[in-house]
Amino acid sequence: MNEDVVIEVRDLKKVFGENVVINGISLTVKKGETVVLIGPSGCGKSTLLRCLNGLEPIQGGSVLLHGEPVEYGKRSLYRIRQKIGMVFQDYGLFPHMTVLDNIMLAPVKVQKRSKQEVTEEAMSLLERVGLGDKAKSYPSQLSGGQQQRAAIVRSLIVHPDIMLLDEITAALDPEMVHEVLNVVLDLAKNGSTMIIVTHEMAFAEAAADRVILMDGGIIVEENPPEKFFRDPDTERARKFLSTFSYSR
Amino acid sequence: MDWLFIKEYYPLYIRSAVLTITIGVLGIVLSVIVGMICALCRYYKIPLLNGIAAAYTELSRNTPLIVQLFFLFFGLPKVGIVLSPEACGTIGLAFLGGGYMSESFLSGLGSVRKIHLEAAASLGLNGAQTMKSVILPQAASVSTPAVCANVIFLLKETSVFSAVSLADLMYTAKDLIGMYYNTTEALTMLVIAYLIMILPISIVFTLLERRLRHERV
Ligand SMILES: Nc1ncnc2c1ncn2[C@@H]1O[C@H](COP(=O)(O)OP(=O)(O)O)[C@@H](O)[C@H]1O
Ligand SMILES: [Mg+2]
Repeated sequence: MNEDVVIEVRDLKKVFGENVVINGISLTVKKGETVVLIGPSGCGKSTLLRCLNGLEPIQGGSVLLHGEPVEYGKRSLYRIRQKIGMVFQDYGLFPHMTVLDNIMLAPVKVQKRSKQEVTEEAMSLLERVGLGDKAKSYPSQLSGGQQQRAAIVRSLIVHPDIMLLDEITAALDPEMVHEVLNVVLDLAKNGSTMIIVTHEMAFAEAAADRVILMDGGIIVEENPPEKFFRDPDTERARKFLSTFSYSR
Repeated sequence: MDWLFIKEYYPLYIRSAVLTITIGVLGIVLSVIVGMICALCRYYKIPLLNGIAAAYTELSRNTPLIVQLFFLFFGLPKVGIVLSPEACGTIGLAFLGGGYMSESFLSGLGSVRKIHLEAAASLGLNGAQTMKSVILPQAASVSTPAVCANVIFLLKETSVFSAVSLADLMYTAKDLIGMYYNTTEALTMLVIAYLIMILPISIVFTLLERRLRHERV
């Protein structure tokens, strides 16, 4: 097996009742790679990410993290999920804890790392995303953009092998989108392994090593950003990109 | 007002108030335990136990305490189980309260948003860690007002204990009225005794709820 492969998806199938949402998707992400996943609303992007860290049962195929199967409902999930960071559209910070306590929960309670070491790392990560003065604040006291940056730190501090970001700027006011995307771009350029779902095409082009277009439950096109955004192979990709052109 | 009568008999009220409080507190503590266990069975949808807990909750909430007490005091001896009035009072109150507490705890547990459960899961927290660090703290602040209301409701329900010949406050008042016809004095002392018992608790709960509300902002 290739040492460099972080996550491997083989012929994944996901069904909600009659609704076949993912109909045979295969995908490999290597260490340090940033994959941007795009596609029309409702095409199953969130569902795919949720299957990757075992939040959803799957009806066919497999998901492997470093060769180990990610299986919904299995005990091994608790260990595997520490290797997969996930950031959601609605931040999901715990409202009853300060920003710092949110960030320290998993490394201290789950990974049993020393409080002092974790505090130091948490503070330096908070500084890095511009939240050095917000450690003692509660989530409700922060703007959406600040909450989302804190949520990114909460995932990062567990030292995951891969980060899954699901439309993390979709709930933000436009002026806050940039501050969050800059943090992600910084991660992408510094060797983090990520799968990013986004509707921000300019960001996708800047951050991606590879762009994947999903539609109808399958991968329609998969290309490097230079190729995908300038000269896509498929008519479907051209059409999808044209829906964004008014904003250019 | 017959002050001599009051002076003569108020110790009787104190003694029966102590009994009421003892059984009330015991029954309420048990009802919290029963309610928490039932709420967890239902929250995690544990097979079989989920159904039993739900059925019990409906049964206990939809029958009057006095009926439950009659069942314990007059019904059970027919099948050979004889309980003291004190045991009947405690068990009856716990049975009634368990159902109400279960509902209050369950609504608190259910109020925790799905995204927080998924965030906890994706951080690698297991079920117990998620319950302790994420669900319970949020559920507690949601459940507290309802739990406090239950406590006061249950304390007031203790007034039917006399039906199974527990010498509680109500029993004392009825007894004195029957013997001496000092209805006004006997009832006034009864009202005052209940007020002294319940009013301070009510005030403490109101303050507690106010604090919780501020914390949640
Ligand atoms: N929990 C669910 N139950 C039933 N259907 C769902 C559920 N989650 C998502 N779906 C369906 O799956 C499809 C893909 O949804 P989603 O993955 O959220 O799309 P996207 O993230 O690309 O917008 C949609 O048709 C949606 O209705
Ligand atoms: Mg989505």
